[in-house]
Amino acid sequence: MTATGYAPGRTLPLRVEFVRQFRRRRTMVMFGLLAALPWILVIAFQFGPNNNRAGNGLRISDLAMEGGLNFAAFALSVSASFLLMVAVALFCGDTVASEANWSSLRYLLAAPIPRDRLLRQKLVVALAYSAAAVTVVPVMAVLAGTLAFGWNDVRVPGTGEVIPALDVLPKFGIVILYAMVTNLVVASLAFLLSVSTDSPLGAVGGAVGLVIVSTILQAVEALGGLREFLPTFWNTAWLDALAPVPDYSGMIKGTAIAVTYAAVLLAFAFRRFRRKDVVS
Amino acid sequence: MTFRGGRRGLAVLAAVLVAVAGIAWIAWPSDGLPQGQDVVIPVVDGPADDQKVLIDASYFPPEGGGRAPAVLLGHGFGGSKNSVRDQAGQLAEQGYAVLTWSARGFGRSTGEIALNSPDYEVKDVRQLIDWLAKKPEVLLDAAGDPRVGMAGGSYGGAIALMTAAHDPRVDAIAPSITWYDLADALFPEASGAGPAAGVFKKMWAGIFFSAGGSGLNPASQADGLARLLTGSTGQPAPADVTPDQAQCGRFLPAICTVYQQIAATGKATPEAVDLLRKSSPVSVQGRIKVPSLIIQGQRDSLFPLGHADLNAKAIAATGAPVEVAWIAGGHDGGDAEADFVFAQTLNWFDAYLKKDGAATGQAFTVSRDGGRDPGTRQNVLLHAEGPAYAGLGGTVTSELDLLGPDQEVATPPGGSPAAISSVPGLSGLLGGGAQGGGSAGASLDLPGQVAVFQTRPLDTALTVTGSPTAEIKVYGEGEVTLFAKLYDAASGQLAVLPGGLAAPLRVTATPTGTPVKVTLPAIDRRVEAGHVLRLAITTTDMAYALPAQPSVHKVGLASTTLTMPVDAGLAAPAQGPAWWTWAFPLASVLAAAVILLTGRPRRADVAPDPALAEVPLEITGLAKRYKNGHKAVDDLSFRVEKGQVLGLLGPNGAGKTTTMRMMMGLIHPDGGEIRIFGEKVVPGSPVLSRLGSFVEGAGFLPHLSGRDNLTLYWQATGRPAGEAHLEEALEIAGLGAAVERAVRTYSQGMRQRLAIAQAMLGLPDLLVLDEPTNGLDPPQIAEMRRVLKAYATEGRTVIVSSHLLGEVEQTCSHAVVMHRGRLVSAGPVAELLRRGELNGSTRLEDVFLDLIGEKA
Repeated sequence: MTATGYAPGRTLPLRVEFVRQFRRRRTMVMFGLLAALPWILVIAFQFGPNNNRAGNGLRISDLAMEGGLNFAAFALSVSASFLLMVAVALFCGDTVASEANWSSLRYLLAAPIPRDRLLRQKLVVALAYSAAAVTVVPVMAVLAGTLAFGWNDVRVPGTGEVIPALDVLPKFGIVILYAMVTNLVVASLAFLLSVSTDSPLGAVGGAVGLVIVSTILQAVEALGGLREFLPTFWNTAWLDALAPVPDYSGMIKGTAIAVTYAAVLLAFAFRRFRRKDVVS
Repeated sequence: MTFRGGRRGLAVLAAVLVAVAGIAWIAWPSDGLPQGQDVVIPVVDGPADDQKVLIDASYFPPEGGGRAPAVLLGHGFGGSKNSVRDQAGQLAEQGYAVLTWSARGFGRSTGEIALNSPDYEVKDVRQLIDWLAKKPEVLLDAAGDPRVGMAGGSYGGAIALMTAAHDPRVDAIAPSITWYDLADALFPEASGAGPAAGVFKKMWAGIFFSAGGSGLNPASQADGLARLLTGSTGQPAPADVTPDQAQCGRFLPAICTVYQQIAATGKATPEAVDLLRKSSPVSVQGRIKVPSLIIQGQRDSLFPLGHADLNAKAIAATGAPVEVAWIAGGHDGGDAEADFVFAQTLNWFDAYLKKDGAATGQAFTVSRDGGRDPGTRQNVLLHAEGPAYAGLGGTVTSELDLLGPDQEVATPPGGSPAAISSVPGLSGLLGGGAQGGGSAGASLDLPGQVAVFQTRPLDTALTVTGSPTAEIKVYGEGEVTLFAKLYDAASGQLAVLPGGLAAPLRVTATPTGTPVKVTLPAIDRRVEAGHVLRLAITTTDMAYALPAQPSVHKVGLASTTLTMPVDAGLAAPAQGPAWWTWAFPLASVLAAAVILLTGRPRRADVAPDPALAEVPLEITGLAKRYKNGHKAVDDLSFRVEKGQVLGLLGPNGAGKTTTMRMMMGLIHPDGGEIRIFGEKVVPGSPVLSRLGSFVEGAGFLPHLSGRDNLTLYWQATGRPAGEAHLEEALEIAGLGAAVERAVRTYSQGMRQRLAIAQAMLGLPDLLVLDEPTNGLDPPQIAEMRRVLKAYATEGRTVIVSSHLLGEVEQTCSHAVVMHRGRLVSAGPVAELLRRGELNGSTRLEDVFLDLIGEKA
C-alpha cells in the first residue's frame, strides 16, 4: 500500500525539474554569456582596428561581416569547438552531482522517485538545456549579425560562391541539429561522471578534459584513420553542409560516432546509478 | 564487497588494456620490409654481343618459401634499383621472387644508356631472366623458363614492354606512365603528321637527357662496382672527365650525337626517329602477346594518355588480355597513386602469374576527383570503372557547337614570350602540385597570340573521356606552329586546362585556309552544367621549341563541331556511407541494452507480507559491509509497532545512520531485509511514500526559498498538493518570514527545522529522524519533543536516532540500542530503566554504558 495519491509514474514531472534548474544562477549566467557572445563579436568586428570591409580573404572569419548568416556561421565555428562543449558539459555534468552535493538527492530518492525515472527526467531536462544552449548562439548571432551587417546572401568560405540566404536557412537548422548531436558525447560522459561523483566540478571538468584529450589526439597525424573515431573528430563537419554542394558524409559519420559513444555511456550511467549506494 | 569491487576494477583495467593494445596493434608501424640481397650479375650485350656489363641488382626471395613466380621491377629514368626497393620488398612479402636492377648506365651498373634498346637493355634483362631461372625459389614453366612478370614506371615500364616483345618467357607485364613511341613523345603532332613533322618538346627532352647525363661519370661508377666485387673499401681515384663525358654523361655516344642534333635544330631527323622508335613498342607491334596492365597518368605532358591507348590497342590486337587504368598523376606531378598502382599490379600478377585470383575485372579504370574527404579535408580520388576499354574516341560522342570569328594570331620573334600550359618538372619540384586533374593557375595564354572559340554554356554536365576533336582553318603564308588547348571555363572562376595539356600542330598555311583536324589531348573531366568549353589556339608554348621568325596568321573554324568522346560504361562504384556508420551505433545500442538489462536489480521476493501490513517497520538479519571492509550493520533485527516513538540509540559509528539509509532505500543491504508496512524496501519502493525522513542533515536547493523548496519537493513526489499539509509543516519549522528567503542564507538550525518540516510533508505514517535536535536551541528542543510526541498519538510512528540519552529518555516510548552495528537491546524505555535499577543506577546513561559494555 502506498500513500494517497502516490504513483511512481507521476514523480518528478519535467516541469518541476525545469523550474528547479532554471532558477539557478549557473543556468542564468551560462545563457547570459551565450546570448551575449554574438554581440561581443559584433562589437569586436565593428570597432576592431583592422575594420576594412574590403578584405578579400575567404576564410570563415574573413567573411563574417558579409551578413547575418555568414556571421552566424562564424559565431558557431568559434564557439562550437569549446564554449558550447563547456555549456553542455555543465548542464549534463552538474545535474545529478549537484543534488548529491546539496544532499537533496537522498530526499528525492526517498520521496520515492524511482532511480531510473529520476535519472531519465534529469537527463531529458539537462539535454533540453544543452540543446537550448547550442541554439542560442547561432540564433542570437543571426539576429546580431543581421542588425549589424544586414540580411545578405551567404558567401561560402573557401570558394567565395554566393548562395541565396533563404536556401541556407534550412541548412542552418541542420547545422544546429548536428551541433547538438556531436555534443551528445560530452553530454553523456558528463552525465555518467555526474552520477559517479558528488562533485559537480569534477563531472564537468572530467567531460571537458575528455574534449581536450581528444582534441590533442586529433592532432597526432600518426594515428591516421583511427582519429576518425575520436569523439571530437567530426565536430567541424557541419561546415560541409553550408557548401554549395552540401556533403553530408562527414556529418553522417559524426552522428554515428556520437550515437555510438553516447548510447554506451548513458547505459553505464543508468546501470551505475541503479546499483549505487547513495551515501552523500 | 571488496572482492566484487576488486574484480570490477580488474575487469575495467583489462578492458582498457585490451583497447590500448588493439589501438597500438593497428597503429604500430609494421616491421621493416625485406631488404633483399645485393647481387652483381655480369651480362653481355651490344649489337654483336660483345659488351660486358655488370648489372647491379637486388634479389628479394619470396616470403613464405616454396617456388614462387618472379617479378622484374624496373626503375624510372634517372633512378636506380634503390628507387623501387620498397615496392620490391612489398611484392616479396606478397610471395613473389623480386629482382630489381639498375639499368645499364644508371646507379652502380656499368655500361651506357641506350634508351631500352633491343641491342642493349633488352639483352641485359633477358640474361636477368636466365639468372632468375637458376634461383631455387623461382617457379619454372619449363627448364630455363621462369614464371616471370615485369612492372615499372616510365623507363622501367618501357623495358617491360620491350622485353615482353623480345623474350617469350615473360608471362605478364604491368607497365605504367611509359611510351608507345618515343619519337612521337618528343615530336608530337596533333593532326597526325607524325614525328618527322612534329614539334620538339624541348623542355621535357632536356630534362630527360640531363637526368641521364648527371651524376657520377661512368669511369668512377664502373670503378665503384669493381670495388664492390673485390670487396675493397678504398676511395675511388678521382677520374678525369673528358669533354665527351661532360657533354654526353652516361649516354651511348650514338644517342648523344642524335640528341645534340635535334636539340640544336628542333627538328626530327629520320635517323633520330629511327633510333627513338627502335627503343619503342611501336617497332614491335604485334609481338607483345602477354596479359598487360597499362597504367597511364592524366597529368603527363611527356607521355600523354595516347601512348597508353596505342600500347593497349597493339597488345589487345594479339588477343592478350589488356586492362587500362588512368591514374591522377603522371610525369607532371599530381597524385601518383602509388598504393593504387601497387594494388592493381599485385592483383594483375596474382591473376596471371600466381593464377589464383581474378583480374581486376574491369577493363578500364579512371581516377576521378572525389571531392574532399570530410575527415582529413584532403582531396580524395574515386575510381570509375568500365567493363571495356573504349579507346580515346569514347563509346559515344557528344557534339557541341563552337562559336567564334576568324582571329589573327602572331608568332613572336624568338618564340618569346610564350604561353604556358604545363611546366615540365616544375610540379615535381613543388612536391606533387595540384590534384584532381586541374591545373588552375598554371596555364596562361598571351594576348595577340591566341584565337579563342567557345561553346555555349552546357545545359547538362558532360563527362568527357578521351580525345576531343575540332576542325580549324589556318590562313596565311608558310609554316606555322600552333598549340591547341581545350579549357573548362565558368564565369567567375579561372578557366581550367585539364591535365595542363596542349596539342602541338605544324601547319602549312594557305591564303584560302588550310583545314586541320585537331586531335586534342586525351582527358577525363566532368564539365559542369553552365560551364563552357573554350578552344584556344596559340602560337607559343613554353615547353616546345618555337620558330624564331615572327609571323602573323589567321585562325578560324573549319567546322563548328567540337566532338567530345564519352565513355558511357564508366561508373564510379557506389559510395555508400562507410559500413561502420550504421554498424557502430547499432552495436552500441545493443551493448547499451545488454548493459542495462544485466544491471537490473533482482525483483525476487518483494511480495508484501500481509501479516505485517500494520507493522510500520520490521528489520530482520540486516547486514551491511562497506567497501573498505567496515561492517556498519551486522545481523540487526528489531520491530517497531504503530504509535511508538522509537529511540535508536548508540554511540557514533554504531550503524544508526546506515540503518536509516537502508530504510530509505539509499543503500543496498548485503543481507537481511527491511519491511515497512509489510513491504520489502528496495530502492524506490512505492511504500517509501509513507515514510518521511530526515537523515544526516538537510538537503535543499540553496538558490530557492524555504517555501519553494518544500513546494517543489512536494511536486516532485507527484502527489496532489492537497495532501501536503504544507502550512502545518511550515508552522512546525517556525521560520516566520525567513521562509521566503533563499535557503543559502539560513542558519544551521533553520535548515534543520525546515528539513524536519519537509520530512513531515504529507503527514507520513512513519517518520524517521536522524539526530533531529542537533543544532537546535533548548526552547526549540522542547518544542520538537512535544511535536514528536503529538505526531505519534494519531496512530503514526516516529523513529528518532540519537546519541544523546536524555533526549531518548524524554521523547521516546521505546528504544533500540546499537553498538558496532549490532543490536544490544530493544524494548520500552521503562524496561531499560528497570534493568538499570537492578545494576544500581536508573540513569539511562549508565544503563547504556552498561549495555554496550563500556562501563567503568
